[in-house]
Amino acid sequence: MILLSPSFESDATSRLDFLAIVRMVEQGARVLDVGCGDGELLALLRDLRGIDGRGIELTRSGVNACLAKGLAVIQGDADTDLEHYPDNGFDYVILSQTLQATRNPKTVLEHMLRIGSHAVVTFPNFGHWRVRFDLLIRGRMPVTESLPDNWYDTPNIHYCTIRDFVALCNELGAEMEQALAMSSTGNPLRLLAPWWFWNLFGAQGIFLLRRGRA
Amino acid sequence: MPDGRKTFDDYDQADHPDSPVVRFGPDAALRLESGAVLESWQIAYQAYGVLNADKSNAILVCHALTGDQHVANENPVTRKPGWWPLMVGPGKPLDTNRFFVLCPNVLAGCMGTTGPASMNPATGRPWGIDFPMVTIADMVEAHMRLVDHLGIHRLFCIIGGSMGGMQVLQLASSYPDRVFSAIPLATAARLSAQNIAFDEVGRQAVMADPDWRGGRYLEQGTRPSKGLAVARMEAHITYLSEAALHRRFGRQFKEHNHPDFSFDAEFQIESYLRHQGVSFVERFDANSYLYITRAMDYFDLAAAHGGLSKAFHKTPTRFLVISFTSDWLFPTSDSRVLVRALNAGGASVGFVEVESDRGHDAFLLNEPVMFKAVQGFIDANAQMKGIA
Repeated sequence: MILLSPSFESDATSRLDFLAIVRMVEQGARVLDVGCGDGELLALLRDLRGIDGRGIELTRSGVNACLAKGLAVIQGDADTDLEHYPDNGFDYVILSQTLQATRNPKTVLEHMLRIGSHAVVTFPNFGHWRVRFDLLIRGRMPVTESLPDNWYDTPNIHYCTIRDFVALCNELGAEMEQALAMSSTGNPLRLLAPWWFWNLFGAQGIFLLRRGRA
Repeated sequence: MPDGRKTFDDYDQADHPDSPVVRFGPDAALRLESGAVLESWQIAYQAYGVLNADKSNAILVCHALTGDQHVANENPVTRKPGWWPLMVGPGKPLDTNRFFVLCPNVLAGCMGTTGPASMNPATGRPWGIDFPMVTIADMVEAHMRLVDHLGIHRLFCIIGGSMGGMQVLQLASSYPDRVFSAIPLATAARLSAQNIAFDEVGRQAVMADPDWRGGRYLEQGTRPSKGLAVARMEAHITYLSEAALHRRFGRQFKEHNHPDFSFDAEFQIESYLRHQGVSFVERFDANSYLYITRAMDYFDLAAAHGGLSKAFHKTPTRFLVISFTSDWLFPTSDSRVLVRALNAGGASVGFVEVESDRGHDAFLLNEPVMFKAVQGFIDANAQMKGIA
């Protein structure tokens, strides 16, 4: 469990999931952020953790913003570009809020575990009670804080629940070093809560993985 | 010239340029990739800004095929501003208040670095086509002799577009420990078959001009101006894009709105191209054009290393690669090949494809996204190196 104490770190961003990731990454590490958006997380990690950071971003506007900040970000696609990175090139490969938008999440995760000694994955939990409520009671595709787009204009094509993700990690033999879930207000859920509780009340899952020892 | 126009050699830039020049003798002969040796040779350059005490703030600008060392000052031949005033100068991305910006004329050029228009010391006549064939790697060796001469060990940044980008890639690959950061723009790690084809058409146009005289025109008092102008017209089309040409010229007639039923330059685009051809002849040597296009043809960094990622294996150099959407001469796919190889080699690399309809020449023009990216890259790197 990560306690989000008031500190200079929490002054640096409003994204609580980013703060959780900053806490997971060691000082001076080599980090690849896949789907790095406008580079906010990479800049945070550079400023607070002194990392050697790289990024991949699909949108031209995102890449432009990153490069203007002096970040080493390439315009590219998680589905097609990860295969070109060498094994063990990074200490951490981060995929924040992007897994569900990839064409082949399993392959992406395999590449992350190959490229990095650690993988950090955050994703919106499709098992959250609001999602279930929308589907079960309203009979509509859910629109929530974590999933703000309508079904017809969402970039998300592969939704999963926290339990689905855990199952995929087990299938790939990935070890979970840390796992936490955040409520829709961004507060971490109790560490000792059972999986069903996380899966129902966690709006987001945040996982620190390590390649399993084969 | 029959029409009284001046050509580049009337200005004597080849041997006595209007810029600083460093001359090397037999004790510093330049051995070329072909095996030929230039016993006596010289390199002309321009420099802007001040080299700091520990010589850590030097930026090397590599010019393109028909460029020269006059990046940010009035060109002594054309009397026009330098070719990259938006990139180089006080307060510009390559800020001459902070950095020592250096631009050499390339080997085989005609603005003061030894080339086919220079005097061959063995004969006392211009080299002409006796000049040995040069490669991009040879150009880079000449640059580094200049860098050594100035006492600079590590270049803070090297930057160039098109053929300048090829020199950037070659230099970064040959001297990884002497280049902190590199910005190849609108370029490729090898020249495509299509581009070799364009080069060949240009060369054939020059050589088909009877005034080329088998390459000996300087001695015989003729100039292959028509051939070189045609080569320039053809090449110039490849630097632009269909959209840019259409926006600027459309199908507009030069004088009135109907055809004259002649072969004169009736359309504005024809008139524009003819002007480009004629003005180019005034400032460039035809044989230089042959040699430099040939050097580009030979460039293939992957073949030289048995794979492009091997050319940059574990390089400490930080890269920023930029391409342009409408550049069909050095398309984004070429830059992607490069970026993937750099990633595979473990390099730090930023890459963006800038949206522009101005074709290959976009890298020379006002493209704010490019400037912001270069500025961000330079600033972050300067901070890492502690350059004020």
